Amino acid sequence: MGWNRKVLRVNLTTGTCSTEPLNMAWADKYLGSRGLATKYFVEEVDPKVDPLSPENKMIMTTGPLTGTMASTGGRYSVVTKGPLTGAIACSNSGGFFGAELKFAGWDQIIFEGKSPKPVYLYLENDKAELRDAGHLWGKTCWETEETIKHELHDPQVRVSSIGRAGENLVRFACIVNDLHRAAGRSGVGAVMGSKNLKAVALRGTKGVSGIKDFKEFMKVTAEKKKVLADNAVTGQGLPKYGTQVLMNVINEIGALPTRNHRDVQFEEASKISAEAMHEKRPTDGKAHLVTNAACFGCTIACGRISEIDKGHFTVQNNPKYWGASGGLEYEAAWALGAANGVGDLEALQYANLLCNEDGMDPISFGATVGAVMELYDLGILTAEAIGVDSPFGSAAALARMAEMTARGEGFGKELGEGSARLCAKYGRPDLSMSVKGQEFPAYDSRGIQGMGLTYATSNRGACHLRSYTVASEVLGIPVKTDPLATEGKPELVKAFQDATGVFDAAGICVFTSFAWTLADIQPQIQAACEGDWSLEKLNEVGERIWNLERQFNLAAGFTAKDDTLPPRLLKEPAKTGPAKGLVNGLDKMLPEYYQVRGWTPEGVPTEETLARLAL
Amino acid sequence: MLKSLHIDPMKCTGCLQCEMACSYEHHGVINPSKSRIKVFSFEHEGRKVPYTCTQCSDAWCMHACPVEAITLDAATGAKVVSESVCVGCKVCTIACPFGTINYVSDSGKVQKCDLCGDNPACATACPTGAITYVDADWTGLDKMRQWAAKANTAVAAE
Repeated sequence: MGWNRKVLRVNLTTGTCSTEPLNMAWADKYLGSRGLATKYFVEEVDPKVDPLSPENKMIMTTGPLTGTMASTGGRYSVVTKGPLTGAIACSNSGGFFGAELKFAGWDQIIFEGKSPKPVYLYLENDKAELRDAGHLWGKTCWETEETIKHELHDPQVRVSSIGRAGENLVRFACIVNDLHRAAGRSGVGAVMGSKNLKAVALRGTKGVSGIKDFKEFMKVTAEKKKVLADNAVTGQGLPKYGTQVLMNVINEIGALPTRNHRDVQFEEASKISAEAMHEKRPTDGKAHLVTNAACFGCTIACGRISEIDKGHFTVQNNPKYWGASGGLEYEAAWALGAANGVGDLEALQYANLLCNEDGMDPISFGATVGAVMELYDLGILTAEAIGVDSPFGSAAALARMAEMTARGEGFGKELGEGSARLCAKYGRPDLSMSVKGQEFPAYDSRGIQGMGLTYATSNRGACHLRSYTVASEVLGIPVKTDPLATEGKPELVKAFQDATGVFDAAGICVFTSFAWTLADIQPQIQAACEGDWSLEKLNEVGERIWNLERQFNLAAGFTAKDDTLPPRLLKEPAKTGPAKGLVNGLDKMLPEYYQVRGWTPEGVPTEETLARLAL
Repeated sequence: MLKSLHIDPMKCTGCLQCEMACSYEHHGVINPSKSRIKVFSFEHEGRKVPYTCTQCSDAWCMHACPVEAITLDAATGAKVVSESVCVGCKVCTIACPFGTINYVSDSGKVQKCDLCGDNPACATACPTGAITYVDADWTGLDKMRQWAAKANTAVAAE
């Protein structure tokens, strides 16, 4: 059956834990994880709720394939209302935490209320216990994980925690598990911090036994692993180069946002690329990259494990950063690097380590630094105000701002508000490269037109993981489309958005979609889960999830006016590269997108659409 | 031909497909905590190392067992625990220098790798070739081949 059919509800206000059966009627309509938890969330939470108030809830959730031998079946999601955006937030993480939750016998944990004092949840199979976390408050994610393992006398415990960023309610704080995997975006870590919940520690020894047809499941998951192994992207490119393989590619097509999107190509891109991570450094003769690594059950293994240059100015007096650790992935390398014009790979890794250590989303953090550097460039912010000289390209400024934000010191408190609030405060809201308050990831929508529509309509604010049309527009997966054209993009974006919802809801990694389509996932779900899971049904589940999230956002106060891009992308043409002279053609795509979605011209799902999706 | 499990930690990504496969083979569930092969992660070195019983010829566990619950499977060379004979005294877990025979509290018996009757599920599941099942007399064959290739290159360069 895939699901454990068991939900843990933790009331942090009263300090009580209770068990309830999973709503299987909802599971049949929303599958799991992102879909199912969002259904729970919208049923239980007022859309107008202040994200950082006790009335907001936070759900840690798994899918039916989480904790199984389906490749990449280790994902879990955190669903809540995001403090960065005020929209529905669903942040997804790999590592080993999600599978452990399944092994302990649960599908999801619903956190509600606010604890009067710092606590952490310890879950050992059926036993759930809130424990004092007073001694953990003020500690980093790394220290928290180590301390919890030590005090529970159990090195096999899996921990998700917030660092100081989450405690300080940094609006892009994330929840870090297994040292360097994170539910990264939209500030889910700040929600956890607002609840005085420091960590969740899991130990599960029950395993997953409820697969509907085990024999068929083992057979089909083995076949589908072979599909991943035989594919050039998932079988070769990602394991060898990681997501960083994109740095030079995206730069070449003129879609690498540089210096807060002033430029679309970065002259030092090759210095912060995957290839650079493989090269031996002149300083110590070692390559930055140590090895690749897999999350639970993943046969792709795109993760990067690196060793920073011990002699680099950022860490030369700080041996705790000298060991192997996670990074750099493409999004982080871009946000910490090109977005700020910084071409110093070691400095990027240092900032990335601080993001992992204290739980910050490197995309939103890096992009916020980019906005600050532009405000500095324009003379609106001074070195005195920021605390450091902050011209574009300054590795020292990047490192210092990462320290300040992670620790909540000085100007770091302003950085922790994210670029939208910060730029508005200094009178230049137009300089925040964000949608619905969330910063762009690493693709400039002048050079990849479909990504403009993706960002504008993403239910959790600007994001590449809601419809990765880069796959089609740049890599030709599943079919090649012209990145500079707007024609056909509304249908493309809708198709990607709906399919991605299913990948997320199933509990597997969206990176499998470089090789798999829904037709590859369908038989895996069919073998694991009770009920009839046809391709048509899965498509409908994806579309239903998208519309459910949209309805929540509309009820939260968002309108079609929020489905837009910053003026820079709509008015300032790209200066170089294949997209030179182009702006994003959102006005050509958006009305058609609403139509394709079955929404009114105001972006509201019609009665017909809602009825068709049984919403 | 007798075969051995051969482990190359350099190829391991830490995905735990082996642990899942082992638990499914022996317990019918996907449950790494019941696996007889274990992947260790050395975070600060960036190393992952799968570890399991190497099937000692002169096995400490077998000698230590007071009820002769551990016997040699002559076909595979595996030292196999007979659950019906094992009394769960755990003396074998003390005797084994490598820690690769372990007590299972659910059953009250010990368990160890039995090579799945000559078809180890972990090796089949491993996506990177970090765990292979090879000729017991030639576990070093791949390494020899690699060095041999280098030797040839060196000669050619001269």
